[in-house]
Amino acid sequence: MSHVKQHLVQYLISLGDNPLILGQRLGEWCGHGPILEVDMALTNISLDLLGQTRSYFQYAAELEGEGRTEDDIAFLRQLREYKNVLLVEQPNQDFAYTIARQFFFDVFHYLFLQELQASNDEQLAAIAAKSIKEVKYHLRFSKDWMLRLGDGTEESHNKLQHAVNDLWIYVEELYTPSPLDQEMAELGIGVELGNLATPIQEHIRATLSEATILIPKKNWPQSGGKMGNHTEHLGYILAEMQYLQRTYPGAKW
Amino acid sequence: MSSSFFSILETVKDPEVPVLSILDLGIVRAVNETKEEIEIVITPTYSGCPAMDMISAHIKQAMAANGHEQVTITTVLSPPWTTDWLSESGKEKLKTYGIAPPIGATTDKRVLMSEFSSVHCPHCNSENTQLISQFGSTACKAFYTCKECLEPFDYFKCH
Repeated sequence: MSHVKQHLVQYLISLGDNPLILGQRLGEWCGHGPILEVDMALTNISLDLLGQTRSYFQYAAELEGEGRTEDDIAFLRQLREYKNVLLVEQPNQDFAYTIARQFFFDVFHYLFLQELQASNDEQLAAIAAKSIKEVKYHLRFSKDWMLRLGDGTEESHNKLQHAVNDLWIYVEELYTPSPLDQEMAELGIGVELGNLATPIQEHIRATLSEATILIPKKNWPQSGGKMGNHTEHLGYILAEMQYLQRTYPGAKW
Repeated sequence: MSSSFFSILETVKDPEVPVLSILDLGIVRAVNETKEEIEIVITPTYSGCPAMDMISAHIKQAMAANGHEQVTITTVLSPPWTTDWLSESGKEKLKTYGIAPPIGATTDKRVLMSEFSSVHCPHCNSENTQLISQFGSTACKAFYTCKECLEPFDYFKCH
């Protein structure tokens, strides 16, 4: 396999890891949503994200051509081989926390896919064009709830402010390129993440201000997910997610 | 597309909305016949649509039942599926089934911005309806309620 192809496979897997882990997190809400409609919305979003993950992983498996399947990629890697950003592995906590995490990711995801549609890799561009139609709904959902919670009751406002303060440190990683991101962008396959910094910040700031949520003054940006250095939470997610395939290797639905 | 394949594919239904055939849904993009095999090209409605595997299996069954054993199913993502491909008869069938069909074309900006308020109730045809949730019983539907006859109903989202 050529050097570029090998890196493209790694890039595809890293792109699939974000929706995979966030989809797994959202799935934890199944049966626990504050109201039935929200429960269904969160799990529908989870399903979209897992579907997008499958598109990336199927393509990666096909390119790699070494017999590894999408399931092997999803379930049989070690913790440090997962390249998702730290934001998506953060626990659900309360509903405000889940919404703030979702909103930050959706803003990034939407703007990212918009650019990825122009990838010179046809299949990657097709995955982006397919996914962005779904992500449009996700962003509309999370943004609506940001406004309702932030500009809602004193309690909902405080909970959302608390969540935003806590998660703020994970936003910068979304648009900070890894060496792999950089290489793929230079080849015209991937997205130049640096160009997304301003639009992402502006979009987030505008919504926070409309939701009467203060932008945290202090910021200690955390990163490492793209290099495989995760917070303690990912291990617990993988333990649950991988349990079945590790205990019953090759089990099929 | 050869008309004999057409009539076979018409018998394959969407498992989640069984009144719609896969032709009504617009997910069959091509049928390519060679001496050795028949390739049927389909596209998913949504990336995570759990019905796709079942639909592929049903296509193979229906083709085999009609003597076509060598069938491969290819899934393509581009161009992405849109409700604009839903057939007119499909929209009528949806309505009869109790699901409000998508309004307008996806190229209409008002659709994308959710500015259409006039989703008609499939039961009493009233325009006095209200969006309850952007996400209904499946990813392709939103959940509405009719303020006239008070019935809840699904709306097949414009996508």
